[in-house]
Amino acid sequence: MASEPDPATESDIEEAFADEPALVSYVAVGDPDAESTKEYVRALVRGGADVVELGLPFSEPIAEGPTIQQAIRRALDAGMTPDRYFDLVADLSGDVDVPLVCMTYYNLIYQYGESEAGPEPFVEAAAEAGISGLIVPDLPVDESGPLKEACEAHGLDLVFIVAPTTTDDRLDRMLDRATGFVYVQGRLGTTGTRTDVSSETHVSLDRLADTKLPKAVGFGISEREHAREIVAGGADGVVVGSAFVDIIAEQSSAGSQTQSDDVAEQKNVADRLEAKARELKEGALAGWNEVPEPEGK
Amino acid sequence: MSSESDGKFGDYGGQFVPEALMPAIEELTDAYERYVLDNEDGFVDEFRQRLGDFGGRPTPLQRADRLSERYDRDVYLKREDLLHGGAHKLNNALGQVLLAKYMGKDRIVAETGAGQHGTATAMAAAHLGMPCEIYMGRTDINRQRPNVFRMRIHDAEVNPVDVGSGTLKEAINATMRDWATNVEDTHYVIGSVVGPHPFPRMVRDFQSIISEEAREQIREQAGRLPDSVVACAGGGSNTMGAFHEFVGDEDVGLVAVEAGGSSLTIDEEEGLAPHSASLSVGEEGVLHGARTKLLQNPDGQILESHSVSAGLDYSGVGPELAHLADEGRVRPVNVDDDAALDAFHRLSTLEGIIPALESSHALGYLEENPEQLGDLVVVNVSGRGDKDLDTVIEESDRRDLDAAPSMEVFEGGE
Repeated sequence: MASEPDPATESDIEEAFADEPALVSYVAVGDPDAESTKEYVRALVRGGADVVELGLPFSEPIAEGPTIQQAIRRALDAGMTPDRYFDLVADLSGDVDVPLVCMTYYNLIYQYGESEAGPEPFVEAAAEAGISGLIVPDLPVDESGPLKEACEAHGLDLVFIVAPTTTDDRLDRMLDRATGFVYVQGRLGTTGTRTDVSSETHVSLDRLADTKLPKAVGFGISEREHAREIVAGGADGVVVGSAFVDIIAEQSSAGSQTQSDDVAEQKNVADRLEAKARELKEGALAGWNEVPEPEGK
Repeated sequence: MSSESDGKFGDYGGQFVPEALMPAIEELTDAYERYVLDNEDGFVDEFRQRLGDFGGRPTPLQRADRLSERYDRDVYLKREDLLHGGAHKLNNALGQVLLAKYMGKDRIVAETGAGQHGTATAMAAAHLGMPCEIYMGRTDINRQRPNVFRMRIHDAEVNPVDVGSGTLKEAINATMRDWATNVEDTHYVIGSVVGPHPFPRMVRDFQSIISEEAREQIREQAGRLPDSVVACAGGGSNTMGAFHEFVGDEDVGLVAVEAGGSSLTIDEEEGLAPHSASLSVGEEGVLHGARTKLLQNPDGQILESHSVSAGLDYSGVGPELAHLADEGRVRPVNVDDDAALDAFHRLSTLEGIIPALESSHALGYLEENPEQLGDLVVVNVSGRGDKDLDTVIEESDRRDLDAAPSMEVFEGGE
């Protein structure tokens, strides 16, 4: 198993996992507005995020739990579009020094651009804006041919999600096409914070033990202890979304009165995001130190 | 016509779902091929037997004498309203719940829009002894209360979906999420010819009993094949059911009547399409597991659709219908809310049949364009309209429809 060819050069996403376990953090872009998103991403990076997943909101997010569904709703209501998203990414990629990954659903990729429908114009715009890779939760490996081709043409990684239900045959097919990192879905169901680490996570990590690409576990991780346990169990990183989005959601629901309140509140949320990122990163590092023989990344 | 072996209909169809669901979809594809296509363990025989004993099939093909006179041509009605439960939905629900049983699943989930599919699934699940949960948008719950009671009476859980417009689209999202969580022991009984392969083909196969019967019945009663078959189209399950066996009969026109709602325009600012005419004016895209024609804005965000009929109120349409429309084999047309309401009253008055508001769209097209349909017409009455009485009374009153009966008998009470 795990016979994927070594990529000619390591991508900047892979490099982000090279020296120590990576914290991959997610925010829905435009929640609650574009300026706040930039502030929050900077805060996450200050806190230790090594890769930032920037969610491009789609109206039918079938893989998301309630937290991220609502974030996506807020972002859409505030007017986020693919073009505005790329503008924001271009701004951000100038001032944060971590790889940015676009997470979105296939219809937005498929429709983008004036020409005939197809994934190429989206991938081109993403590459120009400074995106390093794509995660598309409703695009299984079976349907990923055209997008993979476009990603290769523009030097983007295409990240696949390995589920607890994924069969060995499917895993092989995914690993043939996967670049960047392998996104290990830690449990069945949708995204969202949980109180424990699922036993499915350990099973999945064992199956991927020989895989050369870095492995990051997501779905349900919200605390230091989760991150520690998962990295100690053999993961190269953790993906955290809802725990951050929850912090942002509290601000949006507070409904501040004045602009100066807004600024203060934004600062407060940014500080809390930074602290949360630090907590998770520390957990991951603690887990890393428990691994007797790090896998030489 | 394309090969169906890869789950595609021309460019449409496919399997655009989260990885977590793919193994279940592969398992379902295998079960579909073995049980439904190859009749393994006598699945098809048992299905047909139960459709008869429990469902009451075959449903009649009835000559509508007064409509025939009105339009000066022979009009026949395929009476799916007489199927157990009052709509064509049982054909599919019974097939899928039975299949789930053959597959060894022990829990059923389903979405519902108008409540007809939810009701049919709840009935089939009760009949076959399977626990069942139904997801239904809040808006639909409010406008289809009798169906909610019916589902509850069959001991199904009804889970309200509060996000978005609270209609079918959100209910499908919620059901897919449930399925993604409980995929190992649960089968998702999708309610129309939509979703990832094999659902569009499998649901069509369960529904094609409609055209299988109708084709035989019309030859027996009228001595020949019809000039046209007319069916309403939301997701398209009664449409494909009514068309499938006629697709190869090139002289039979196939007319899919979509909901024109209040207007065929699109309000991009608000993300609304005040209609559900995805075959007529939709653009190709990917939604709920399949590439098909969709109501969407230029970015690819899905628009909220609208129809007075909850069962047609959906932003997508089955991929096979999209393909047949592109090929010119199916003619997509549309009928607006007003004409559908008129048709509802007309059939009730002239023929003594209260049609579902969905089916009323097909009948509305017959009223507006009878000359387009030839001398011998089959209209699929996909369901009965009892569930729609509250809506119809309210909407007719609001429009001051001439065709509607006066309800003043209720005034002056209290």
